[in-house]
Amino acid sequence: MKRTLLSVAAIVAVGAFSASAEEVHVYNWSDYIDEELLTKFKEETGIDLIYDVFDSNEILETKLLAGGSGYDVVVPSGTFLSRQIQAGAFQKLDKSKLPNLSNMWDAIQERTEKYDPGNEYSVNYMWGSTGIGVNINKVKEVLGEDAPVDSLALVFDPANMEKLASCGVHMLDAPTEIIPAALTYLGEESDAQDYETIEKVEPVLTAIAPYVQKFHSSEYINALANGDICVAFGWSGDVLQARDRAAEADNGVEIEYHIPKEGALMWFDQMAIPVDAPNADGAHKFINFIMDAQNAAAASNYVYYANGNKASQEFLNEDVIGDTAIYPDEETVSNLYTTTTWDPKVNRNVTRLWTKIKSGT
Amino acid sequence: MNLRRLFLILTPYAWLLLFFLIPFAIVLKIALSDYAISIPPYTPTLDISAGWEGFKEFVSELDAENFAFLATDALYYTAYLSSLKIALISTVLTLVVAYPIAYGMAQASQEWRPTLMMLVILPFWTSFLIRVYSWIGILSNEGFLNQFLLWTGIINEPLAIMNTQNAVYIGIVYSYLPFMILPIYAALEKLDESLIEAAEDLGCSKISAFWLVTFPLSIPGVIAGCFLVFIPALGEFVIPSLLGGSDTLMIGKVLYEEFFSNRDWPVASAVAVVLLLILIVPIVLFQRNEQRQREANQ
Repeated sequence: MKRTLLSVAAIVAVGAFSASAEEVHVYNWSDYIDEELLTKFKEETGIDLIYDVFDSNEILETKLLAGGSGYDVVVPSGTFLSRQIQAGAFQKLDKSKLPNLSNMWDAIQERTEKYDPGNEYSVNYMWGSTGIGVNINKVKEVLGEDAPVDSLALVFDPANMEKLASCGVHMLDAPTEIIPAALTYLGEESDAQDYETIEKVEPVLTAIAPYVQKFHSSEYINALANGDICVAFGWSGDVLQARDRAAEADNGVEIEYHIPKEGALMWFDQMAIPVDAPNADGAHKFINFIMDAQNAAAASNYVYYANGNKASQEFLNEDVIGDTAIYPDEETVSNLYTTTTWDPKVNRNVTRLWTKIKSGT
Repeated sequence: MNLRRLFLILTPYAWLLLFFLIPFAIVLKIALSDYAISIPPYTPTLDISAGWEGFKEFVSELDAENFAFLATDALYYTAYLSSLKIALISTVLTLVVAYPIAYGMAQASQEWRPTLMMLVILPFWTSFLIRVYSWIGILSNEGFLNQFLLWTGIINEPLAIMNTQNAVYIGIVYSYLPFMILPIYAALEKLDESLIEAAEDLGCSKISAFWLVTFPLSIPGVIAGCFLVFIPALGEFVIPSLLGGSDTLMIGKVLYEEFFSNRDWPVASAVAVVLLLILIVPIVLFQRNEQRQREANQ
């Protein structure tokens, strides 16, 4: 989901030959597509595709809420999407222009309804989980052979964290990700909406915060791959990317991704069309193009994330569909939970709590 | 008064209006608004078509409660104070590092000076962001510095520098060093050598000649350099977020959090307005100092 580099927008413009030709502007996460698909779209439809990337939901949201972003297709994550729908940032999809909707996976569609009731504004692009990335050899060195790498206790039990601090722990700098996990660890409702319940995570997180080297949402990819840290609580695809980078570098670092057995947050990145999109028609064509079974499979085969396209599964490579870190088995999936947005007042309290946990102030 | 002169006088004021006062008015207006889930994410917005009545209604809905809110939570003044502390310490450190460099440059022979000057400016040809990023490669546990120190046997365990306050100081001192060196160098270069000779003739040792003659004459450069480092360091966001740890509390970070995490543009704007007011004090002092110097030179 989140990607490296602080690059606000690296522009990959694919073939802009004449100014008069039809254009569609797509704004997606960085490193999140097989670029051959972009050329293919141009060849099939004759529409110029201007492909632009971001690396945080917040940047996208700021552009949407400021208005006049100029994009035709954007890809926010579920919780952000639902608030942006409330703010009136998107237009309803014209489903008659999306024949490939029949390819979509009902199991995923049901879950995304939580953010977008009736899936009226959005279509799933990729989904994944938030879990534990470990440098397995270092963790075993510190905690012994039976280190609880598949349990939230690894990162929320101060006894473990105290030892792990010597080899380095990173956590996402996102209360929306860490607090539901801490609530799950405590046996509370992960999607708690009242601040009294949410507040219960404070002692847990305050106890482990001194052992967290950094709360950051993208640096852990490099840090894990280089062996600078031994544990990261982060997004599935990012950890898998770190795993691949370490394997490529052949530096003796071996990374594993584990979905905590207590349950983990499942997130969804959704394609949607801004209310002021200059070319809504072209946007529908692009979304329909991505929903093509082979195209969706090509994207997943390239980025190592699961997609919400059932029909694409027969075209997926074995190292994607067969990897339980990407496509978890049914039992694990039933253990994944989703969350909803906190209302602005609770959200402000949570942000404040988060600052207090991190800085002690 | 002829037209040309009028033009010359008006240009800076027009500039100030266009690039400072109007943007400031927009930020202040948002600071006086209320949070809303809408586009844009605050209310009220000015409806020009409603004319004068609309404007009056718009003004009546503005209030200063966001500023009052900043006073209710210790977070904000702690962050302002912590930023002031970090900016002050970094300024002093930068001065300590920069002065000998500037002095050395001013002492160098004429043909060397342009080269040395070039070396100071050269890093600017690389993006600021990349230069800060490269410090991660130097300071991290597996970074060059620790690898080197481990290899020499000076340390047995890697030093934890990355993600601490010390890394922030290193980053700020490194990034702003040229802003300190250049004004000090400019002051030292103008220095009349015969003054030092005179001091030595009158029985001053080299060291006391430096403290009694050279240093006092370079003070205007020192002050200019300190302001050029202190002011941007106070609102710094990139360096603490890349090199600092989670406990590095700076107002730039608080501002980011208000804007992006809370999506509360009005409170974020209020934080920015207060930061600006804090900055205006040193900027005014800086201007006074410049003016006094100009008068002294005349």
